Amino acid sequence: MNYLEFLILVLPEAVLTMTALIVIGLGAKSGRGGANPFSSGFLTAIGAAGIVAAGLVLALLPAEASLGGMLVLDPLTRLFKWVILAMSLLTLALVPGWAPPAHRGEYLGLILFATVGLSLVISSEDLLMIFLALELASLSLYILAGYNCDDSYSAEAAMKYFLFGSISAAFLLFGMSLVYGYTGSTHLAEIGAALADLPTEPIFALGVVMMLAGLGFKVVAVPFHLWAPDAYQGAPAPSAALIASGSKVAGFFILAKILLLSFADWDGSADWGGFATGWVPFLALLAALSMVFGNLSALAQTSVRRLLAYSAVAHGGYILLGLLSGGTVGIAAVLFYITLYGMTAIGAFGVVALVEQRRGGDSVAHFAGLAKEAPFTAGCFLVFLISLAGIPPLAGFFGKFFLFTSALGGSAAGDPSGLVWLVSLGLGMNVLSLYYYLRVLKQVFARPPAESTGHATGTPPLLGCMLATTAGAIIFLGCFPNLLLKPIEAALRVVG
Amino acid sequence: MIAWTFILAFAGAAALLVLPKARESASRWIALAAGGGGLLIAIQHCLLYSKNTDTFQSVTNWEWIPALGIRFHIGADGISLVMLLLTGLIAVTGVLFSWNVVKNPRLFFALFLTIIGACHGVFLSLDVFLLFFFYELVIVPKFFLILLWGSTNREYGAMKLTLYSVAASALIFLGLMAAHVASGTGSFGLFELAAADYTRGFQLWAFPVLFLGFAVLAGIWPLHTWAPTGHVAAPTAASMLLAGVVMKLGSYGALRVAMPLFPEGLAAWSGVIAVLAGAGVIFGALAAFAQRDLKFVIGYSSIAHMGFVLLGLATLNHIGLSGAVMQMFSHGLIAGLLFAVVGRMIYERTRTRDLDELGGFRLRHALPAATGVFIVATAASIGLPGFSGFVAELSILIGAWRAFPFYVLLGGIGIVLTAAFSLRALNRAFLAEEEQTDRPPLPPLTRPEVIGAGILVTATVLAGIQPQPLLELIGRGLDGPLFEAVLQIREVRP
Repeated sequence: MNYLEFLILVLPEAVLTMTALIVIGLGAKSGRGGANPFSSGFLTAIGAAGIVAAGLVLALLPAEASLGGMLVLDPLTRLFKWVILAMSLLTLALVPGWAPPAHRGEYLGLILFATVGLSLVISSEDLLMIFLALELASLSLYILAGYNCDDSYSAEAAMKYFLFGSISAAFLLFGMSLVYGYTGSTHLAEIGAALADLPTEPIFALGVVMMLAGLGFKVVAVPFHLWAPDAYQGAPAPSAALIASGSKVAGFFILAKILLLSFADWDGSADWGGFATGWVPFLALLAALSMVFGNLSALAQTSVRRLLAYSAVAHGGYILLGLLSGGTVGIAAVLFYITLYGMTAIGAFGVVALVEQRRGGDSVAHFAGLAKEAPFTAGCFLVFLISLAGIPPLAGFFGKFFLFTSALGGSAAGDPSGLVWLVSLGLGMNVLSLYYYLRVLKQVFARPPAESTGHATGTPPLLGCMLATTAGAIIFLGCFPNLLLKPIEAALRVVG
Repeated sequence: MIAWTFILAFAGAAALLVLPKARESASRWIALAAGGGGLLIAIQHCLLYSKNTDTFQSVTNWEWIPALGIRFHIGADGISLVMLLLTGLIAVTGVLFSWNVVKNPRLFFALFLTIIGACHGVFLSLDVFLLFFFYELVIVPKFFLILLWGSTNREYGAMKLTLYSVAASALIFLGLMAAHVASGTGSFGLFELAAADYTRGFQLWAFPVLFLGFAVLAGIWPLHTWAPTGHVAAPTAASMLLAGVVMKLGSYGALRVAMPLFPEGLAAWSGVIAVLAGAGVIFGALAAFAQRDLKFVIGYSSIAHMGFVLLGLATLNHIGLSGAVMQMFSHGLIAGLLFAVVGRMIYERTRTRDLDELGGFRLRHALPAATGVFIVATAASIGLPGFSGFVAELSILIGAWRAFPFYVLLGGIGIVLTAAFSLRALNRAFLAEEEQTDRPPLPPLTRPEVIGAGILVTATVLAGIQPQPLLELIGRGLDGPLFEAVLQIREVRP
């Protein structure tokens, strides 16, 4: 191994790390009278510049590179590193207005460190590297969730997130050790190759299930979701947005990679009446539980943040459906959906943050009359929620159509009846979901605002830009899904 | 290019959204222009249709989402053109009957035009994904139209209507995906899917799923209760649009997609469809008989009329199917007219729709023009000769006679009941002879109202005395390749 090669491969991450250090340094500098001389807008701008620079550096790297199989760079990982960077960049738009006021520099630094972790998750193809990268991202996210130390909700969020997270990390690591012990390799492709010649034994199955449990925590699948509502509710808005977007994107990406590269030979079947042992039935169970519990729990929520958390659980279920088919089409559907889901989540948290700041809470009633006071924000909120509900012309519609079609097409060729039970369940639950989204939108558009307390109206410019970008992308991708689908498919074809 | 119908509507909607508030009063003119443009294009294509022997004309076929074999494929046959004509008529008159909307007219007309554009799109799509895309596009605008501008019980009505639509769409969603996968063509094109071979076992479950999904929007009994509640809660233009055009999206989808795709499933289930359709006719009419709210009377009468459409679809013969399409057109105009009279002409002046209270207004003397329009609409709704409803219902009954004679009896009872409740409503609301009360005189009809009513009355009378051009258009559509298998079902069997 050559250190120069290593440096080239992780150059984007290196840029991000350098930026993080600079931002932390500037943030810690005390000026006259102990106050920090740099405004948070300035620090955020540096952070944003770092992310953009990392994205540009990424474009300059060779098309395909690999570091002994530990870290790889191919068209697919490059594309999704860009997606992760974009998510972080969008999240940064929330920092000046809604991050906890103390220690801004460190807060920004942590976001950048989390981005480094997530970006490394995308490019790693080795169990050890995957674990390290996931933990790097998670540790930063734990702190980000609890950053608002004066707020007991924030502390609770961090505590729950951390406890569940560390236990799931233990599961993941234990599962990895079993798989390593059984196959003799930590490299994803080698594990897959080794499995082709090995009989499957219970100890290996145990390892796979433990790994899936650990990753199930990252992608917020039932029954590993219990941390999510509290974390989404208590964390500062930018942290919650990053947890809901970047972290989920990376989680699903690596889950798909592990399943396809390593365990493709041990998939089994979840077809009705034709169950066969493997990870597919296990994942089908997680998907069914997530769709049902996520949607049913969301129906009962009064806090919009918790509602978004449960809807995230439900969407996790829909996305898992795409993985079940195991083919390239399913993976393309999953990757398309997580990308647009991440954008939607950030946008929705932006709106929630604005409402919280102006009205002092995030219950459904606090959204009353938002359309009168901030019509643009309300319009974007409509786009986000309706896209989550899967209604055209928004990207969520095509995304769901693609996911469900790939799930149906994945069972025995030409016969769509295998997974119909699961797809029907998903569709039925999706109908329910429209009810709770419309309940919020009814408040936004049809109810008069609570008596005016003289707070500001309209949309702040930075938030407006972020909302316009995300909502615009969702509408545009809804009408022309090929713009994102084509690069994903091309990359998948190269990777094979 | 026929795509201009929906491009105009969507462009109009977009223009309205960015229109400055100071120029708010221009919004109705923009809406009128966009709707009127669509109508003119539809008329032009109807006139030109016979010049060419192709079943589908003005075809545009572009690649859209190659990963799933989805194409932007549109084109119009005779059936599409008749439906486009209806959409255009309702668009224009709907705007005319909303001329006085004061509360945020820009948003109102933008939502209205979005629905219009989506309806145009459904009627033109030759790719089932594209059709479904337009079909679902209707859902959110109609929710907000009812929620923000509605009257009686609007939050409940809007939510119920929306959830029914979405649940029905989920069935369509499932049916279309299953067809795509089972066909093995890797395409969502209507022709490709219709040409594929499906096993009988598959058709037996896929057909009812797909058909029921569409039929819910067409108000099939017993899943029809969303329609009266929603249509009563909606503002006038939206009631006209929902009952006049949006319900037809359901029956059109059933005819265009569900039936040609799965002929074997259709053959097995057509008896059940006929039973449900007959039940819809009877129960819709009976329910209309029991209403005190004039708008509810019309809401339930729509169920009865749409029952005729479904009955026509179930006959599976040429005359029955063409009667069904004719009935879609005819009911669209009549429902539009009735909702316009009740929601706009009467309710906005009297602030009541209760049959007995309306009797006290002596509407015959207070609003003679509105009474006259209502009488014409009632006559058309009953199916008197000389109106479009007569031709349509007669064709359906002839078709039904050939397919299953017993149902003609049901249809006949339905017609009698329709006449009974229509005349009852007319009598109690408009012609009641009550003692003179001291009510302030009602304002006379405005010019947009008169023009709107004139357009609809003319259309239904023209289609009644001269139905041949429309029937020719419909007939040529039914002769197309899509319906070959459907029309063979009954002929093959002894």
